[in-house]
Amino acid sequence: MHGRPRKASKPEDEAASITKAQKLRALQTQFFSFHHSKIYTKEAVELSAKLLEINPESYTAWNYRKLAVEHYLSQPDCNPESVKSLLDDELRVVESALRQNFKSYGAWHHRKWVLSKGHSSVDLELRLLDKFQKADSRNFHAWNYRRFVAELMNRSEKDEIKYTEDMIYTNFSNYSAWHNRSVLLSSLLEKKAEGFLLKENLLPEEYEFIHQAIFTDPDDQSGWFYHLWLLDQTVTTDHPLLVSTWPAHGSDVFLVGDRCQNGSFSPFTTVLSDSGSFPIVLYFNQPVKGVSSSTVIIECGFNKNEELLWEPLSVSNSQTAQVWVAHLKCPTSEHDSSVEISVGYSKEIVSPRGSQYSHPSTFSFKVHVQPVERDSSRVSVAENILWREENFKVYRAQSEESIPIPSFDQLCIKNGHESTASNWRTEALAKEVECFRELLSLMDCKIGKLTLARLLMAYDVMSFPFANKLVHSEEVLELYNDLMKLDPTHHRYYKDEHSLVLLRKMTSSEESLLQHCFQYKDSVSSAIGNPICLRLNNLSLSRIRAFERLLWVQMLDLSHNELESIEGLEAMQLLYGLSLGNNKLRSLTALEPLRKLKSLRVLDISYNQIGDHSIDTTRYLCSSPLSHSVGSELNDVALINYWEAFYMFKDLNLTQLDIVGNTIADEKFKSVLVKIMPLLKRLNGELLD
Amino acid sequence: MEDIPPYPPIDPTTFDLIVIGTGLPESIIAAAASTASKSVLHLDPKPFYGSHFSSLPLADLPSFLSTHSTSPSPPRPRSSEDSNEFSVLDLSTRPLYSSIDISVFSPDLLDQNSRKFNLDVAGPRAFFCADKSIELILNTGANQYMEFKSIDATFVGDNKGNLLNVPDSRAAIFKDKSLGLMEKNQLMRFFKLVQGHMAGEQDVKISDEDLQSPFVDFLNKMGLPPKIKSFILYAIAMADNDQEDTGVCRDLLKTKDGIDQLALYNASIGRFQNASGALLYPIYGQGELSQAFCRRAAVKGCIYVLRMPVTELLVDKDSGCYKGVRLASGQDIFSQKLILDPTFKVTLPSGLSPPPPLQAKLPFFSQKDDRGKIARGICITMTSLKPDMSNFLVVYPPRSLFPEQATSIRLLQIASSLAVCPPGMYVLYISALCNDDDQGKKLIHAVMNTLLTVPPINSESNAAVQSETAESGFAVQDENAESSSTGPSDPGEGKPTLLWSALYNQELTLGQVDFICSTPMPDGKLNHDDLIDAAIKLFKKIYPEDEFFPQTSSENPEDDGDGDGDDDVSLET
Repeated sequence: MHGRPRKASKPEDEAASITKAQKLRALQTQFFSFHHSKIYTKEAVELSAKLLEINPESYTAWNYRKLAVEHYLSQPDCNPESVKSLLDDELRVVESALRQNFKSYGAWHHRKWVLSKGHSSVDLELRLLDKFQKADSRNFHAWNYRRFVAELMNRSEKDEIKYTEDMIYTNFSNYSAWHNRSVLLSSLLEKKAEGFLLKENLLPEEYEFIHQAIFTDPDDQSGWFYHLWLLDQTVTTDHPLLVSTWPAHGSDVFLVGDRCQNGSFSPFTTVLSDSGSFPIVLYFNQPVKGVSSSTVIIECGFNKNEELLWEPLSVSNSQTAQVWVAHLKCPTSEHDSSVEISVGYSKEIVSPRGSQYSHPSTFSFKVHVQPVERDSSRVSVAENILWREENFKVYRAQSEESIPIPSFDQLCIKNGHESTASNWRTEALAKEVECFRELLSLMDCKIGKLTLARLLMAYDVMSFPFANKLVHSEEVLELYNDLMKLDPTHHRYYKDEHSLVLLRKMTSSEESLLQHCFQYKDSVSSAIGNPICLRLNNLSLSRIRAFERLLWVQMLDLSHNELESIEGLEAMQLLYGLSLGNNKLRSLTALEPLRKLKSLRVLDISYNQIGDHSIDTTRYLCSSPLSHSVGSELNDVALINYWEAFYMFKDLNLTQLDIVGNTIADEKFKSVLVKIMPLLKRLNGELLD
Repeated sequence: MEDIPPYPPIDPTTFDLIVIGTGLPESIIAAAASTASKSVLHLDPKPFYGSHFSSLPLADLPSFLSTHSTSPSPPRPRSSEDSNEFSVLDLSTRPLYSSIDISVFSPDLLDQNSRKFNLDVAGPRAFFCADKSIELILNTGANQYMEFKSIDATFVGDNKGNLLNVPDSRAAIFKDKSLGLMEKNQLMRFFKLVQGHMAGEQDVKISDEDLQSPFVDFLNKMGLPPKIKSFILYAIAMADNDQEDTGVCRDLLKTKDGIDQLALYNASIGRFQNASGALLYPIYGQGELSQAFCRRAAVKGCIYVLRMPVTELLVDKDSGCYKGVRLASGQDIFSQKLILDPTFKVTLPSGLSPPPPLQAKLPFFSQKDDRGKIARGICITMTSLKPDMSNFLVVYPPRSLFPEQATSIRLLQIASSLAVCPPGMYVLYISALCNDDDQGKKLIHAVMNTLLTVPPINSESNAAVQSETAESGFAVQDENAESSSTGPSDPGEGKPTLLWSALYNQELTLGQVDFICSTPMPDGKLNHDDLIDAAIKLFKKIYPEDEFFPQTSSENPEDDGDGDGDDDVSLET
């Protein structure tokens, strides 16, 4: 029951509970002796009923009763009538136990068990439930059981939705009722394919309904929860879609064997390829599975017979990921060729919910290969990337016409078929925005501000492909700034959201992105082909996301932020140099996404907090040395003490690492690192032998 | 009424207190005095309980009203001047109802059912679940003799016949279809402010300055739109007079009182499990309330004699002090104290000079209330004003029906489920404060014309039977010609058709605490709280030493059985 104060117990109550405990203990002893010797006589079964009436939490007694029922059912002389009366007895016992405590898991479960035997009247159950739900309308056991009964008797969703409505009208602070409503509506929506109901008709009505609750009492949480569910329903498209790719559609990719290549190639599309292959990245709007050489068809002038191996880019080892990568081997001789890739012509790419990728898309690009000169002695000995201010020059396009970032609007796959279909979504969001602006004009309300921020962002993202601009990003950033001040308890959440909006804003247009593009050029290494570095430093970012427009980036500066995690960075497959200096990374395992970056050579993780905290809270995400047999050149002690380092750096092909300014980085650790990474040329700026 | 059995002699002949009339205040005082171990004789000249608070069969209502509308007959010449100790003062009735207007449109239908009606003389009246009357009923155990039902809803009406739901609780605001989202938010925030203030939360305390200001100013200050303001003032705080008319309004509600009313309303919702709304109505009508207190008094030893008119008052020859009463049976009964119901007027027998102290006091006995009169109307229909609902209250705020409407009009529809009428019928009680008879009629007719179809009088089969007091036909047509002609007054428009109506104006008299104490007439309020206060005041006056229903919760002689649920009123679902 909700809202009933607990009374302090009196001395006489205590005495009573002692006698009760004694009685219960005696009963229990006797019950166990029956149970262990498998006695299912009438007296024995009645004893268990008595026990359960006093203590409905006695799981063993419930199980004993189940055994007793099974025992009876296996008797040769049982007939349908006696079975029914036996099960009715069970229902009675459950009912009296529930009267004692209607939140008893065991009792509700036993009732389900009896009902699923299929001999009892289901109608009675609904009547019983009505009683229980009237007594406590937020008892989630009763609501759970209600779903079970409704399914058993094939009660229509509409009737059940009506029931939630009645309960909500009695008291709208009923999270259980709202939740059940969302469950029922989801199940109705899933039947959409059978011409049942359309989201676009249903959601506006639900919005209208929840507004009544939210406006009447904005302090009540249940309404906001339901609104959040509705927002999610509005924003998520059912079907997976391809959002962006690398290489982008219509782009020219220049592959060069080493960095000595001078040429007039755009630094944005020139890729160093010392492994003789380049990655193809598919970025979807939601995690999908089933990306393979049979679902993604590739046609190109070279590499005719080889099947591509598609790999999910997710930190957990599941076969579901939002980003997938495959490496295409390129010819070793000078070569120009076009590549065409088709996604989704067979229906095996599906979301975890089971929605198919149903809008096939095709993209193509041109590849220009420069012959690879295998002259490793020249490569990278002198190379030393210094993340110094003076080494970054504001990028200016060399000629007026040249489009620096590979045709920016091509970065995103245009899903024209979605544009008309999602009209109702943007309309619904616009309506919501207007509604909550009104609420905020009446009163100051934290959750109202948060909701408005979410709505504006969702609206911008939804209408983005057409507007090509995040119109409200300034306002949203302001809202989050406001919230950080108003609600310090949730400061970190707002900070994270703020960071993500900021990133989205910076990547939203070519103009804004170019402001963060710099050309790296240091005094010594004139040989380096002046790569473009995206500098997102000093922005006090606490989280990063929105990589779909950054797939082309080869050099990224995230230094002087407040990052604790770099989740999602694995999507940037072309990354060659990365600075994470002066952030708040607390452990080596936080670097996990880097393990997926095969082209990463230069890494700066100096001045973080690695090693500050003896307990690594993300440790469980990383597999343990005990579950691996590594034929290692390291001795066991080093392996166990520096397992994380081994795990993290073993598969990276780093040539340059800066780790100074972390507690963990003592001399011993450095020597371990050198052993783990034989390719390492520079550690903390010092040239290694 | 011809063959009344001979009056039995009453024994004993001396009491602590004699109460004449069985209206609500009298009954409460009788019960309280009996509880305080006084010997009490409770008399009523009528054959039923309740006096001006009674619920009567259809046929009896007109005659009850008319007997109390005539001026007293001139004092009878006193023949027997037998007593030497006492002066004898005549006790006569005075007119309390005027402009009585009974119209019968379906005599056949009603005649056969007359006894199935329990019509409240002092309607419309209801209880707030948490008001003083309910507290008193619970404290005294009078709840054993009554059953209640919840009134389903409150509406605010307009001159087009629309009834707008009054969103009076969180759930009702949520559910309401006529309020905009902003209005919902504003109203709920205002309710929360009041709740917070009542709970003594520091950050939402309403300042003393605000508490002393007019409630309407405070509502304006809170920025509430006119519609919501009107809901709060007239349908929740139940203000009688136009609060916006701040210069003229006779009783301007202060914020403090307004907030108290809101708190009462709020506490009433959900107080009892089976009561959905804030208001309750007793099964068998309001007359049950007086009767319940009489039964309570009888349990404590009060002696009841009905059908016993009291003809004279006996006062001490020299001091003019009250001594006793002379009954219609001729018996003299003596007591220390006397309570009279407002029906009675004390007059001097002709040709006698009263003791000097009385000469000064008598002219002021039973003063009228300066608030004027109250217009009441009772209508009977065959269909509900709202198709899906039986029992509800409708409030017409000032100026909602016509520009000169200075007071709010309340209408209470009660269905047969409350045993006030035969199955399938509905009783509508209407009342409004007014200054004179014409104004009163206009107010009641305005509501009737808005909501009801009044059938033509001259039809032969439905020959209207007029009561002897009504001098002309039904007055609706001519008096309110303008308002009935504005709207499309097609009779078949779905408005309920009127079967019967009684319109009358009632005097408002104040209770009197003097050499003789008299009780007040029913007031213009919806609930009984002011009347209970008056009864308490009278009791305190005559028995300053005694406690008014002392709290003896454990002792409850009538309650043998399940003793657990008795802090509840009986509610029928």
